[in-house]
Amino acid sequence: MAKITFITNDNQTIVAEATTGSVMELAVQNKVKGIDGDCGGVCSCATCHVHVQPEHWEKVGEPSELENDMLEFDDNVSEYSRLCCQVDVSEAVDGIVLKVAR
Amino acid sequence: MVDMANQTCVVIGASHAGVNFAFALRREGWEGDIMLFDSDPEFPYHRPPLSKAYLTSEEGTLHDLLFPKQNYHTDNVILKLGKTITTINRTDKCISLSDGTTQHYDKLVIATGARPFIPPIKGLNAAKNVFPMRTALDAISIRKALKNSNPKVVIIGGGYIGLETAASLKKLGANVTVLEREERVLSRVTAPEMSTFFEELHSKHDVALLSNKNVTSIEYSNGINEVFCNDNSSYKADVIVVGVGIKVNTELAEHAGLNIENGIKVDHSAKTNDENIYAIGDCTYHFNPHYKRFMRLESVQNAVDQAKVAAKSICGEEVIYNAIPWFWSDQFDVKLQMVGLSQGYNETIKRVETDRENCQSVWYFKDDELLAVDAVNNAKAYMLGTRFIQNNQKIDKSKLADTSIPIKPLSFI
Repeated sequence: MAKITFITNDNQTIVAEATTGSVMELAVQNKVKGIDGDCGGVCSCATCHVHVQPEHWEKVGEPSELENDMLEFDDNVSEYSRLCCQVDVSEAVDGIVLKVAR
Repeated sequence: MVDMANQTCVVIGASHAGVNFAFALRREGWEGDIMLFDSDPEFPYHRPPLSKAYLTSEEGTLHDLLFPKQNYHTDNVILKLGKTITTINRTDKCISLSDGTTQHYDKLVIATGARPFIPPIKGLNAAKNVFPMRTALDAISIRKALKNSNPKVVIIGGGYIGLETAASLKKLGANVTVLEREERVLSRVTAPEMSTFFEELHSKHDVALLSNKNVTSIEYSNGINEVFCNDNSSYKADVIVVGVGIKVNTELAEHAGLNIENGIKVDHSAKTNDENIYAIGDCTYHFNPHYKRFMRLESVQNAVDQAKVAAKSICGEEVIYNAIPWFWSDQFDVKLQMVGLSQGYNETIKRVETDRENCQSVWYFKDDELLAVDAVNNAKAYMLGTRFIQNNQKIDKSKLADTSIPIKPLSFI
């Protein structure tokens, strides 16, 4: 079980829990504004962009080359950017805080 | 905002457009009932994976749901699956179902999409194990039909559906032949450079992509199909997949007297010529402000974005649908991402990145205007192309063609 906190652009805080699936799916399920996941989670649309709280970056880990390339020219990119469809829910990410990028 | 607490919004079609619309409508503040009808009995699912990951996934794996089941409950979206709509009665504002019942609507949204076009090939109806590739049932049926080891599969049509299905079935161990009528695969949607790339990719994986093959007849005998082409060649097939395009589901709208022109004609907010009826997704013929022309698109992007526009409009917000189309395709280990529409191009620039394997892009221009980018394993080109097209960015083509210059936001300006 992992507990994940999403903070939206209008400063709404949503805490959600799951054991499986991707973080994007968890966000969609909990209606986190700004996370759409239009492509269904295949790293094609960049509509699930989040900024990981810096102190949680190691828990989440580095993006793949494809994901990195998707993010590089995104207007809201930061050094803590991830596309959350590429982050699996697991014990490893329990407690992380993610800020929606748009 | 209009008073809508006691109003009912009915949606015909529960795929990408219809389902995203329903949840967007709730998000926009619609308080009345939302009812989604679809003749497909399956819980609403993502379609693109059907020809890609789903075909090769573990048997029995659930397909990807568009929204989790509980969201329909929490957002009070009523799903009516396995229900076929027969008519729209605009005078009484109701729809009739094939089971004889009717349902009143205050707002109606038509998201009927399209169905596979099955060409009139002699012997097709008598052939065995012939499938289109559009629904979950199609994908399940194809998997079931591949029971014997090393089955022979013939795919009629070398478009994205055909090529993705070919790649997936090859992974499953099938012996795959793709028969394309035109002189190259993907001829309707990409430049020759891209066709060549995919022909080489499939050839490397031992899939036979054959062009100039017009299928004329199919014969079934001794437990196997034989597919005949106009050049007198023939191919044995345990399973045949037909992927030669679609027919738009406009009949309901047409019989209801809505304007039809290569699809259901809608305005900038996805509204039809009836102020209480909207249409969204693959079935619509709509104006694209960027390309300054009417078009019909078969894509997830168009379905989802039009859904959001229609939801806002119904809730009283004035919105204009203005999106740059994007698409993707996965075949073997290749990820193709496309942005824009290349139709009308008169020049292409191909870049093959030297610092990475199998990483390239084709940039489509009409004179100085960048129309579209097809990016192979090259998300940077895709993302930068998107930005350039959105901003009508003038591009220095000689720099773009120079692969010693890396893809960076200011590289080609």
